[in-house]
Amino acid sequence: MGDTRQKTEAGNREPGGRQAVATRDAYGAALFELGKRREDVVVLDADLSGSTKTAKFAKAFPGRFFNMGISEQDMIGTAGGLSLAGKVPFASTFAIFETGRAWEQIRQTVCYSGLNVKLVATHGGITVGEDGASHQSIVDVALMRALPGMTVIVPADGMETEQVIIAIVDYNGPVYVRLGRMKAPAVMPDDYKFDMGKAYLFHLGKDANIIACGIMVSSALEARKMLASEGLDVGVINMPTVKPLDAEAVLKAARSSRLVVTAEEHSIIGGLGSAVCELLSEEHPVKVKRVGVKDKFGKSGKPGELLEAYGLTAKGIVDTIKTSL
Amino acid sequence: MSRPGAAISTDSLRQRAKEVRREIIKMLTEAGSGHTGGSLSAADLVTALFFYKMRHRPEDPDWRERDRFILSKGHAAPLLYAVLALSGYFDKDVLKTLRRIDSPLQGHPSSKTLKGVEISTGSLGQGLSIANGIALGLRMSGTGQRVYCLLGDGELQEGQVWEAAMTAAHYGIDNLCAIVDNNGLQIDGFCCDVMKIEPITEKWKAFGWHVIDIDGHDMDQIVSALDEAEGIKGKPSMIVARTVKGKGVSFFEGKAEYHGVAPSKEEREKALKELE
Repeated sequence: MGDTRQKTEAGNREPGGRQAVATRDAYGAALFELGKRREDVVVLDADLSGSTKTAKFAKAFPGRFFNMGISEQDMIGTAGGLSLAGKVPFASTFAIFETGRAWEQIRQTVCYSGLNVKLVATHGGITVGEDGASHQSIVDVALMRALPGMTVIVPADGMETEQVIIAIVDYNGPVYVRLGRMKAPAVMPDDYKFDMGKAYLFHLGKDANIIACGIMVSSALEARKMLASEGLDVGVINMPTVKPLDAEAVLKAARSSRLVVTAEEHSIIGGLGSAVCELLSEEHPVKVKRVGVKDKFGKSGKPGELLEAYGLTAKGIVDTIKTSL
Repeated sequence: MSRPGAAISTDSLRQRAKEVRREIIKMLTEAGSGHTGGSLSAADLVTALFFYKMRHRPEDPDWRERDRFILSKGHAAPLLYAVLALSGYFDKDVLKTLRRIDSPLQGHPSSKTLKGVEISTGSLGQGLSIANGIALGLRMSGTGQRVYCLLGDGELQEGQVWEAAMTAAHYGIDNLCAIVDNNGLQIDGFCCDVMKIEPITEKWKAFGWHVIDIDGHDMDQIVSALDEAEGIKGKPSMIVARTVKGKGVSFFEGKAEYHGVAPSKEEREKALKELE
């Protein structure tokens, strides 16, 4: 974590010296740009517009922004109604409230009716930090992934986030996008183009392959480097679209090495790790190890300290691979 | 038929409501399960909406300039299906398929399977938020459509309803008219015993709504309340309609037992006689 530039493995290109930005900041910027281009884009927030970064849109387009107050359930229903009136609503709050507090509204109103509502939540995972477990969303991907018709996206860095936001506005259907609070190192190459439902292969490894999403992509790339110095060839795949899963990319990883490791800032139950296990157990059984929060609640602490404490680091991935090979 | 009610008399509306009740009884008996009491209690209200007040085109259900109806109390699906069929959205024969596998008439309304259903409902407390969103969106488009939303009185126990109540008043959503089917009963018994929700009128007034109290079975009062609501500017309107659960069939009236129970074949025959 931090401001250090990351070298990616894609043709040894540095991602253009891009700064580390929080994915929520990238969201705010993308939403503002969308607002200029698309009259039908409307935004709802539940009293957290400063934190979710929808405030920039609110200031620029006050007639298309609805602060719903602290009422997430009503926000989701209202967003559904706006979509029925032909608008493209983006509804934002913290991931814990968006997916937990309003899950039933997302199930009944948004998904069952297949509404064109974009749920973009920030403050996913334990890197929420000091606020502690009450605000740390570690099962949101599981909750959203279980809903029929829902698309689930966890971008890795700021550039990917901007591309995701631009892409989903042209997709007709419910989408959940999970963003983070802290700065995320730029990891995607400059010429990267997000393609919904498609993984990005940094490198295919012969000894093991790491399938990661969100901030864990950066850790996976670091882990690859650490293991390369020990003579191990470890691949890295960024899987921004957790649902629908890019089955082809997962199978490719499983066929090229005897170990697949998943890495996510989420519970090991129900998220990317589960999705990969579900696919591989049916299609190509290989050993899978899941790096993630091990069925525990979070706690207060600095984001970096928490990542260490829960093993969500490059070292955590390295140790998992070394003990599993 | 853009505005069906332009010239319809309240006498004709009363006749229509009787027809609607007959279809409800027939389809529920055929299905063998479903919600009888709450479909009958709101029959006069919804008949007035579809045959008098709302601008809609059964032959063109997606007509952009239509008014919208949201059945927040989704368990009254048989009532919605009856008015849709009698309006001409689909053939009356389809009513016989209620609740069967692959029927467009799902146990609770599904917008995915049936044209004329604006949004899937059934899990209570969600319709008013949706109605707010539609009304806000239509208001932005400036085309003048109105949105109607029917809630149950028991449903008012859901917290989301009051979130939506605040939203409608806060944003001054005056192209919205909500109606409470205040039949006083819920599955486990009288609402006042299960979880007291009165005083309903004062609550909505306190939340900043224009509230109209009526007898929900008096067609003249229903029609004039709907007209009054349309003239209210700057705030949303709520019609609190006193109704009788199971209204129209003497042996269903005021009985919580018929909340979720369909009439037997004998009950059907007796009920249809009463509704002649």
